[in-house]
Amino acid sequence: MSYDYHEPHSLDDALALLTRFGDDGHLMAGGTATVLLMRQGLLRPAHVVSLRTIDGLSGIARTPQGGLRIGAMATHRAVERSDAARGYSPALVDAFASVATVRIRNQATVGGNLAHADPAQDPPPMLAALNATITVRSPRGERTEAVETLAVDHFTTSLSHDEVITSVLLPPILPGTREVYLKFLPQTADDYATVSVAATLRFADDATVADVRIVLGAVGPTTIRAKRVEDALRGARPTPERIRDAAALVRDEVDPLDDLRGSADYKREMARVWTERALAALTR
Amino acid sequence: MSTHRLRFTLNGTPRELEIAADRLLIDVIRDDCGATGTKLGCGVGICGTCSVLVDGELVSACLVPAVFVDGRSLTTVEGLAQDGELTPLQDAFIRDGGFQCGICTPGQLIAATALLREHPRPDGREIRDWMMGNLCRCTGYYGIERAIMRASGAGGQSDGRGLGGQRPPSLS
Repeated sequence: MSYDYHEPHSLDDALALLTRFGDDGHLMAGGTATVLLMRQGLLRPAHVVSLRTIDGLSGIARTPQGGLRIGAMATHRAVERSDAARGYSPALVDAFASVATVRIRNQATVGGNLAHADPAQDPPPMLAALNATITVRSPRGERTEAVETLAVDHFTTSLSHDEVITSVLLPPILPGTREVYLKFLPQTADDYATVSVAATLRFADDATVADVRIVLGAVGPTTIRAKRVEDALRGARPTPERIRDAAALVRDEVDPLDDLRGSADYKREMARVWTERALAALTR
Repeated sequence: MSTHRLRFTLNGTPRELEIAADRLLIDVIRDDCGATGTKLGCGVGICGTCSVLVDGELVSACLVPAVFVDGRSLTTVEGLAQDGELTPLQDAFIRDGGFQCGICTPGQLIAATALLREHPRPDGREIRDWMMGNLCRCTGYYGIERAIMRASGAGGQSDGRGLGGQRPPSLS
């Protein structure tokens, strides 16, 4: 590692630095992923721009509409300990609390996690299932993007080098909605998921499924939205048979790799099993 | 490479250093400050051997850029005992055999100190969840859990499940 380190005191100063350095610059939030990548030689920036000294990026609060806004520099543990986050969705807190260990969660940030675009991370599937969007600042102004479409490949996002995630916005959860985050960990408790399933489901008055969102982690180059499973459930009564048949469709939606957590075939099967379990939990 | 003036306190003592941008906290603590109680294990944030407290928050010193601790307060294992008086946790580690070879012990003590600050009376599950990321290559987990229980005032009574491995006889 050998780089110049910069601590701008405003977002505008950070954006100016990122613009000046172009591809030679790299943004650092909590640093857990960036430090590892630099030490392994996978990332060799000439300039590291830290967001550490910029105020106002780490708040967590309910919105007047009943949603939740999380500052990009809030740590995973801050979400875990936040009454506002727990009041919004315990399943969201579960997803952040599932990441690695207390030490990592004390350092790793919400925005950094999303920018890192690791497909096996816990928060992105849950954020996508809750229909979260990110706010992105650049010298050209501000834009929003869905968490679901932020990652475009392994460790790759649609963000350009001069864009900074400033916050994550979660919309109000409609009454009658249930949420769950399940992480399949056959090895150690601090491991990455073999497969994870985040799901939200809302019942209509006639006990049919008014809406359902299912997003899987660790079984593709990005998080995977299981749209065919969703379509098979929307408008239907979620009987155990219907759930079993719908969950089986997920096998053709995921695209896992063979690795030390199992073969691709095994992960397809586990995606089916854990999708079925998530749906069973939401309809119990 | 840029250099940076760093001001922080290490176990209550103010420190001021000029460091290169890419230095990691573990190296500054051990090499620049000479506080070698904190060990470097895996170097990738998994094993917990380099656990330290930054403003009271538990982190892996091998993953923290040293520039991040400017203006902060650091606690390492050397900062636990006051005037030669061990903390109740350190004392409990001795009484309950909370270590075997000892290489992980500084990290275990720091992690458990943070646990007891946040959960003064943890149950066995809370201890195992929190301490899960601090590896003991001797698999001395039962003694570690018993020691934390004792220090919390629960008298070393665990639910017997331990963090894994064979349960050794109680030394107390």
